[in-house]
Amino acid sequence: MNYATSIQTTGIVALPPWRSRMLFVALLLGLCGLVVRAVYLQGIHNDFLQQKGDARYGRVVDINAHRGMITDRYGEPLAISTPVESIWVSPQDVDATSQQVKQLAQVLGMNVEEVKNRLFDTSHDFVYLKRQLPPEQAEKVVKLEMAGVSSRHEYRRYYPGADMTAHLLGFTDVDDNGQEGMELALQDKLGGKAGSERVIKDRRGHTVEDVASIRAPKPGSDLALSLDSKMQYMAFREIKLAVEQHHAKAGSIVVLDAKSGEVLALANWPSYNPNNRAKVELKAMRNHAVTDLFEPGSTMKPFTVATALETGKVTPQTRINTENGVFMVGGRKIHDTHPEPSLTVSQVIQVSSNVGAAKMALSMTPETFWHSLSEVGFGAQTGSDFPGEASGKLRDYKKWQPIEQANIAFGNGISVNLLQLARAYTVFANDGDLKPVTLLRQDAPPAGKKVFSQTTAQEVRAMLELVVQPGGTAPLAQINGYRVAGKTGTAHKVEGGHYVNKYVASFVGMAPASNPRLIVAVMLDEPGGDQYYGGQVAAPVFSNVMGSALRLLNVPNDAPLGNVLMPPAEIIREEA
Amino acid sequence: MIKQPLWPILKRRLILHLDPILLLALGMMLMAGLIVLFSATDGNWGRVMAQAANILVALTCMWLVANIPLHYLMRTAMPMYALGMVLLIGVALFGEVSHGARRWLNIGVATIQPSELMKIAVPLMMAWYFEKNEATLTLKNYFFAALLLLLPVGLIARQPDLGTAVLISASGFYVLFLAGLSWRVMGVMFVAALASAPVLWSLLHDYQKHRIMMLLDPSQDALGKGYHTIQGMIAVGSGGVLGKGYLNGTQTHLDFLPERTTDFIFAVYSEEFGLLGNIILLAMFLFIIGRGFIITANASTYFTRLMAGSITLTFFTYAFVNMGMVSGILPVVGVPLPLVSYGGTSMVTLLLGFGMLMSIHTHKTLVQT
Repeated sequence: MNYATSIQTTGIVALPPWRSRMLFVALLLGLCGLVVRAVYLQGIHNDFLQQKGDARYGRVVDINAHRGMITDRYGEPLAISTPVESIWVSPQDVDATSQQVKQLAQVLGMNVEEVKNRLFDTSHDFVYLKRQLPPEQAEKVVKLEMAGVSSRHEYRRYYPGADMTAHLLGFTDVDDNGQEGMELALQDKLGGKAGSERVIKDRRGHTVEDVASIRAPKPGSDLALSLDSKMQYMAFREIKLAVEQHHAKAGSIVVLDAKSGEVLALANWPSYNPNNRAKVELKAMRNHAVTDLFEPGSTMKPFTVATALETGKVTPQTRINTENGVFMVGGRKIHDTHPEPSLTVSQVIQVSSNVGAAKMALSMTPETFWHSLSEVGFGAQTGSDFPGEASGKLRDYKKWQPIEQANIAFGNGISVNLLQLARAYTVFANDGDLKPVTLLRQDAPPAGKKVFSQTTAQEVRAMLELVVQPGGTAPLAQINGYRVAGKTGTAHKVEGGHYVNKYVASFVGMAPASNPRLIVAVMLDEPGGDQYYGGQVAAPVFSNVMGSALRLLNVPNDAPLGNVLMPPAEIIREEA
Repeated sequence: MIKQPLWPILKRRLILHLDPILLLALGMMLMAGLIVLFSATDGNWGRVMAQAANILVALTCMWLVANIPLHYLMRTAMPMYALGMVLLIGVALFGEVSHGARRWLNIGVATIQPSELMKIAVPLMMAWYFEKNEATLTLKNYFFAALLLLLPVGLIARQPDLGTAVLISASGFYVLFLAGLSWRVMGVMFVAALASAPVLWSLLHDYQKHRIMMLLDPSQDALGKGYHTIQGMIAVGSGGVLGKGYLNGTQTHLDFLPERTTDFIFAVYSEEFGLLGNIILLAMFLFIIGRGFIITANASTYFTRLMAGSITLTFFTYAFVNMGMVSGILPVVGVPLPLVSYGGTSMVTLLLGFGMLMSIHTHKTLVQT
């Protein structure tokens, strides 16, 4: 059987016409298929595909905005943004020899293995190799000309003051957002608004052309804090020295402008270097002065006395029976280190008598006493807007037992933060006006709030001057050429609900006492040596910082030079 | 010595066996190819000149072949095929592996790709075989011819080089079809092919399976295996009706388009010249194919008829598979766009084919006169 039925057996074969016709039809169908496909892709579906195509090269990229600078009150920079480069990788485009990887690791100062892992991490389109490099170093990387490795502009925060201003300023994260401290509190103003622009990028992510700027980056505003960097430096240096000298766990110091309530200095030790946070311990990062509470002890007494004066029940000269140093309230003993049968109200402050303070507190209604303490700002945040500020504890007077009322009179059973305590003392510095406290520079002193009468405030201030005289608890707080008014505090710490033999030593004072310009509050947590009284460990810090600060501000003397009088014997200690 | 005017002789010798219509069409296509290549290489004159050199070499080959009478050409079928087979077996045994495929053979002076030779040798061998048995064709002959086709195709598919295997299969099938293979046998073959599809599927390499799967849904792996297809479609589609204009294709010039000087050069052309350009391009292809068919229809012998038909249809297949692949209706197989894609070997093979077409056309005329 001949299967090749269509073949003619003559010499010249002709294809059967239907076969070639069929071929021709098939071929035309194929071409039509292509045309239809082209029409579909280019005529009908082209909007979608064009859009897809555009999406591949047209990108809107962010332009990082410059973060505002933080300065002190005189414009000295405290936090500045410096341009840096971040090296990033598009792993799909990487085509590197092991020699190149080694070179790259060397330039970056990174482990070769780590560099390799990131370079070849194809599960991501974008991997940072190393962020925030100095521009010179980044340039070296770029010069290696490795495919898929690029550099982008960023800003890095730099703090010239390092550990000196660390707690106050806080820091930003790697994306330049405030994380702590004033960086966080002022984020809205400091943080710029990133701009954006449309660019054309090739497949490797390299920008080929800037097409249009959509929005120019809006740099953040520069902000001036109320801080005085010179004062800050002195405060920081002294508190650090004191903590080390007295083997304390920690120490804090606050310097306020007595008239305006501006924070001129605020420092803690231990501190850390915000420019290199790699190995910082968490406890070194606490801004004790604002975020931690302590029982103030005797630094509370001036408010007790002021309230008593205000009610008219006592005058500075009123004698109070101090019961030879032991006074029973609700079955609990209150006692003084220097038992006296009786003391005037002024002497109660001068020698820091617990019994005297307790008796005055108990002479008022709980409501009066509570109201007065609340008015000077205890139990509430100061309004400094510092992130994480602790408000302190002042229990509702309706729940008070007499013993609690008595205890609060000398600063037990109430907790405060150091900034709050310093601010409360503005009532004595401003003839009874409480000033708002602020960390931002003020153009004019803000209005205060009348808490005590002028007379009361001046009377208490006079009593506070006695504290630093021989016969008071803090002669070491005296300053050559200036009158000083202040109060010591030495409080047992509470651990597990019980008072233990660990102390918080403090001193809060103002100078010149005739017309106070500054308030300095010092607190030392757990002084470890044999000295732990506020008058021994905190008062000298006060004296040094306040003295230097007054001279720095050229405050006129209100006492003859050589006014410092040291007692012949050991100084008077207060009851802790 | 009789002095004859030199020019008429030279002219006669030079252009006698060239088909002016085909040559004009080819020349236009080649020029268009160079222009697109200039864009695809981002204005790299070096690459364009290299391609121009390839074209010159290929045209020379075409001219040579066009001047060879068909009966000489027929004689080369057997040795060429045998040589090709030997080389293919050599590749399978000693070939060099590049990009995961064993396609190249180092013969000391150069590295060659024997599968390219087979693009000519297989249809030539089959046409010669049918011509030899013309008078007594039985089913047995068709089977033997099919075997002549399947042996090299099998070897090439194993390399793996699916694109070339498909093209050679097509050229061989066209010979079988034109030689008058009966519908019944073709039906059986078709059923057999369908039945063996699962087996063939399991024989495919993973990347080949992926390419076919990607055709069904390229977006499932847009950055990986579906990348070629999607980028091709996007580039073509981005062109719109009128195109983005010469040298203005974004997908091309921003490096998004893969293989843009070789297999995907159609996408470059499409993006820049749009639907209108595509229709012109298809019309040019159709013109060349039409001329091929005319030559086929006028071919004087069984061999030349089979050969001319196969060459023409294979050229069509080339173009169809490439454009279909780029526009996303066929799986991605490595088939260049004939006369346009960058590359020397395929250019030579193609123009050798056209040389044969010209030879078939012009030598017939000589015989008749």
